[in-house]
Amino acid sequence: MKALCFCFQVHQALRLRQYRFFDIGNEHYYYDDYTNENIIRKLADTCYLPANAVLLDLLIALKGKFKISFSISGLALDQFELYAPEVIESFQKLATTGYVEFLSETDSHSLVSLKNKAEFIKQIETHSQRIEDLFGQKPQVFKNTELIYSDSIGETIAELGFHGILAEGAQHILKWKSPNYLYCNSISPKLKVLMRNCKFSNDIAWGFNFDGGLTTERFVANLNQLDEKEQIVNIFLNYETIGGYQSKETGIFDFLRYLPETVIRDSEFKFAKVSEIVSNYQAVSKIQIPVPIACVDKEQDLSPLLGNHIQNEALNKLYELNASIVKINDARLNKDWRFLQASDHFYFMCTKPFTNNNIHNNPFSSPYEAFINYMNILSDFKICLKEKDIPKITSTSES
Amino acid sequence: MKVLMFGWEFPPHISGGLGTACYGLTKGMSKIKELDIVFVVPKTYGDEEHNTIKLMGANNTKITQVKEQIEEFKQKHKYLEVSATLIPYNDPEKQYTFRSKDLTEKKRFLNISSEGKIDFSGNYGENLIEEIYKYAYVASAISLENDHDVIHAHDWLAYPAGIAAKDVSGKPLVIHVHATEFDRSDGSVNSKVFDLEKMGMDAADQIITVSNRTRQIVIDKYGQNPDKVTTVYNAVDSLNLQEKKETPKGVKEKIVTFLGRITFQKGPEYFVEAAYKVLPKSDNVRFVMAGSGDMLEKMIDRVAQLGIADKFHFTGFLRGKDVYKMFHLSDVYVMPSVSEPFGISALEAMQSNVPTIISKQSGVSEILNYVAKLDYWDIDAIADTIYGIISYDTLPIMFKECGRAEVDDLKWENSALNVYDVYKKAVEASNHLINAF
Repeated sequence: MKALCFCFQVHQALRLRQYRFFDIGNEHYYYDDYTNENIIRKLADTCYLPANAVLLDLLIALKGKFKISFSISGLALDQFELYAPEVIESFQKLATTGYVEFLSETDSHSLVSLKNKAEFIKQIETHSQRIEDLFGQKPQVFKNTELIYSDSIGETIAELGFHGILAEGAQHILKWKSPNYLYCNSISPKLKVLMRNCKFSNDIAWGFNFDGGLTTERFVANLNQLDEKEQIVNIFLNYETIGGYQSKETGIFDFLRYLPETVIRDSEFKFAKVSEIVSNYQAVSKIQIPVPIACVDKEQDLSPLLGNHIQNEALNKLYELNASIVKINDARLNKDWRFLQASDHFYFMCTKPFTNNNIHNNPFSSPYEAFINYMNILSDFKICLKEKDIPKITSTSES
Repeated sequence: MKVLMFGWEFPPHISGGLGTACYGLTKGMSKIKELDIVFVVPKTYGDEEHNTIKLMGANNTKITQVKEQIEEFKQKHKYLEVSATLIPYNDPEKQYTFRSKDLTEKKRFLNISSEGKIDFSGNYGENLIEEIYKYAYVASAISLENDHDVIHAHDWLAYPAGIAAKDVSGKPLVIHVHATEFDRSDGSVNSKVFDLEKMGMDAADQIITVSNRTRQIVIDKYGQNPDKVTTVYNAVDSLNLQEKKETPKGVKEKIVTFLGRITFQKGPEYFVEAAYKVLPKSDNVRFVMAGSGDMLEKMIDRVAQLGIADKFHFTGFLRGKDVYKMFHLSDVYVMPSVSEPFGISALEAMQSNVPTIISKQSGVSEILNYVAKLDYWDIDAIADTIYGIISYDTLPIMFKECGRAEVDDLKWENSALNVYDVYKKAVEASNHLINAF
């Protein structure tokens, strides 16, 4: 049996407001509520709600022949709760069909996996709990921020009891190998690794822009051309592709509506949830990935996220604060701490040429502006931390 | 004595020190009874101060175009016909083309409005050379209509206007050098700008420089006769009380500030390296680099590379009130300019009671005593001095008190008197010349 696995990432950056040097120590609110609300409302109306409606119809009509997986970041959930609670309700409706799986993530859509194991585990646990509370299922498979994966990240995930993890089908790792098999972690072989099929995923993500672009028939024809032995095709997409990056006018909704039917009718492929792939298939071999890979741009590595001095400096200075955060454990500061970790802040500081930064609604005109703004906020955050820290020190010294 | 003065900008529409200096000087001169000044800029906006100075916008001057006159003018000012790229003095982020439609297309007339006026953008825009050229044309008309005894042109953008005015009236021309191309460029002098500057100096009867440092450049590099070059130092306007309003200081640490264009000329990299030396020694300090410029990104990158971005902040370009706000928050001001004709910002900092470190390579170092004067490249000495000022209380107290008194003594009225002396020399010499015939 051949399996086709659709997994959608749902995430939206929480944008920071313009924060000037003069604000440091005086203003402690960091977020651009107006823009954030606008973007979430717009995407709710053009993407999340209409796409969920189409999927719900399909799931009900096809009665188990169509299945789908979602990875919803904690920051997206936060913003839905604030600005568009009906989006969460519509995901809950999808969950009740039983044909939808929800994956585990880091709660803040952060880069913590590269920096701090304890905080990494904490964020995964927070997120899993939220997913269980909202959708009534405990995530079995993990998907890291921007599909960042390495052997040691996989090892941690295996320790936490997950059976599978998603990874980018990076060309420089796979080389002659195909992403269309199940692999396993090289340190903890019981953890299965699902590799993204970049070609099929990108065909959908970017294939609607021109005349004679992708159709369901063409998509299925491509599937049928795959080698007989290739068992699984993993299509991981940003959910905003549907109606967001690809607007309604491109025909993306029709594509979505008729794709399952065409696949079922014209190919040997059956739709599967990620955990079904993990439990139904054998890994063909270990895959060795000592240096982290990611799914951001064509280089399939960390270079768009941590490729220059300013990104590394900002991330280092952020995680230097981890110990004080754990020690102080203040509700408001913990919240800021979660929000400041989002990978988007670092992506906005990317200085690589030809990086498609504006599809993420980048509010900054230059990466350096993004850096200045972020560091100003971080300085204020540090001052707030210090202020909270003082009473505890004096009380211990008195006792 | 009637003075016809040509400048390029006037407060509040300024983008650097030039406008501030012109304003201060003209205001100082207005206190001298014998002087009657008309200050011409390419464009007036209507919100400038009119009380003490007669300000005239070239954009408000009606001109009549006679074909022969224009051709004659073009013939005389052929040197403006160029096509090159140029980096402007006050806005290094922009490059503009040194190109003019009116020049290259060989049109016989200039574009004018229905009221017979030429439109000026008044900034350092793309068609700078066209503006300079038109400005010079209008200047000759103004020269004809406004009786005067001496012509005074500020910086190279206004030199052609001064030359054109002199051509018409035959009155002596005084050129005021606020900066030279050697200060602006890091050795790669734009020969077109150099030519324009030299042309102005050659045509001038007297040259005023803002410091001896600049005077020496004018003599050495532009081959001017030392006898006709006089140094007149700038001063600073006394601080408006309103601008001193308190700003809450959000951070506890001492603040060390760099404020200026972030370009080669101002030496920002020496400030960053000095900060890197001070930070490991003191927990009680933050560094701020205020301003923007073509080296900003490089500086941010360097700060990140050194791993000091949590204690080193960038504010971007500050204007008006924010400049005073920044000074108010500062505990040390550092001006490590590689080449600074004068450096008014050091005076502004001292006026705001900020202990100040300046480079020996600045004109202002010639007249100040209560500042630390160091070589711009000596980052160890800069770091040392910063550390001393933020760590030992007596130093800042002395710098503040004595520095303030020193700056308060620098008055535009005095500079104005010195300029008046230069006028007298110029007029006398030209009268002498006329009498000789």
